[in-house]
Amino acid sequence: MMLTVHTAALLAAQSSTFSQKLTAVFTQLSVGLLTTLEIFVLTLALSLPLGLLVSFGRMSKIGILRWVVKIYISIMRGTPLMLQLMVVYFGPYYIFHINISSEYRFVAVVIGFVLNYAAYFAEIYRGGIESMPAGQYEAAQVLGFSRQQTFMRIILPQVFKRIMPPVTNEVITLVKDTSLAMVISVSEMFTNAQALASAQVSVIPLVVAGIFYYIMNYVVAWGMELIEKRMNYYR
Amino acid sequence: MNLLEMKNIGKAFDGLEVIKDISLSVEEGEVLGVIGPSGSGKSTLLRCATLLEKVDTGTILYKGETLVHTDEAGTAVYAPPADIKRIRSYFGLVFQNFNLFPHFSVLRNITEAPIHVAGQTKEQAVENARRLLRQMGLEDKEDAYPYQLSGGQQQRVSIARALALKPDILFFDEPTSALDPELTGEILKVIRELASERMTMVIITHEMGFARDVADHILFMDDGVIVEQGNAQELINNPQQERTKLFLNRFFNQ
Repeated sequence: MMLTVHTAALLAAQSSTFSQKLTAVFTQLSVGLLTTLEIFVLTLALSLPLGLLVSFGRMSKIGILRWVVKIYISIMRGTPLMLQLMVVYFGPYYIFHINISSEYRFVAVVIGFVLNYAAYFAEIYRGGIESMPAGQYEAAQVLGFSRQQTFMRIILPQVFKRIMPPVTNEVITLVKDTSLAMVISVSEMFTNAQALASAQVSVIPLVVAGIFYYIMNYVVAWGMELIEKRMNYYR
Repeated sequence: MNLLEMKNIGKAFDGLEVIKDISLSVEEGEVLGVIGPSGSGKSTLLRCATLLEKVDTGTILYKGETLVHTDEAGTAVYAPPADIKRIRSYFGLVFQNFNLFPHFSVLRNITEAPIHVAGQTKEQAVENARRLLRQMGLEDKEDAYPYQLSGGQQQRVSIARALALKPDILFFDEPTSALDPELTGEILKVIRELASERMTMVIITHEMGFARDVADHILFMDDGVIVEQGNAQELINNPQQERTKLFLNRFFNQ
């Protein structure tokens, strides 16, 4: 009888610490999640339009501009994003000896992500724009549309539909890539998960972080599919 | 009055002469048929007339206004953009493969340019588009999207789209070549109706019987030159040149 009570108490104590630990995991990861979401939203909001501008540069008639943009894209795609984040964060100090404030961490992460993702989006836009049949441009030209009207009214809406699948891929990758912000100690979700995992000597924080990423991407995939369906009113 | 005049037009692609010193004119109300084997330069000639290609040499006038002329040095000089914009509104073009805008409904395909290029009000443009759709026998299709239509219906929409801008002259680039044989009739019928309304047209076609019936005048082109031209009936029924006879024989003996 005594034994049973003791065991029960022990179990209760253990489960209480376990639930306390789990609560700590959820609260700390939620705080980090907010930062993760900020990085995600800011990166998309800035890199999607910037990518379009970059793709214009990539397709420009001005040789030097095309060449510069090509090198930029090649570097962004050819080196690790983690390294790029470090360069953006530490670069100002090592190159220009500017003292970097801790607030700069978050800014550096966003700059790094935006520069990297704009390069990828630019190539996706370019692929979409170049896949448009010449007949669409010719029909618009004969009808008297200006070049700008042709692009905004005829070409771009069709390009958006064509590029949805590769854009969805990139957006899903971005959700997971936000964890790279850890490399310059921005306390987003993954940074917190790793810190908790060491403190609690437990894998649970990492598993929970994994579940959070999965749920986010589930939502992203669902949202993108919805947009794709919306665009399916024509073929 | 000549609506269109093309004089001494020359055009080469990578040194290969596709059009060699061609001249032609189209009067108001006239229907000009252009026939000839593939690669004869018919399409290029039409693309030059509609500004989809630039000529190397020669003069093009619409309603007496100079679109392009050749200077003393022998280079083609195009009119300034403002003039080009105006001259562009004089003509329309119907493509072989329609080139409708797939993301617009039938109605919007027809109204988009009148509203955003010609500056019509939406009400005007829609009213006019509905009238054209009735004329094309497509009054129940205004909300459909191009992919939901047959090739013949798509081509009729594209004719309506061109007519919506009230061009003085309408060009057709093999308007039935992309269609199943059983669908060509509906397009030819529409063009016949336009001809009976005295619409000025230039039609590139492989339908010899149709060209004979609907055109006033026919040009037979081969290898970048006009081999023979004349009254439509006479040219088709009684060609003078050997090359024309050979070409027409191939068609009528099939």
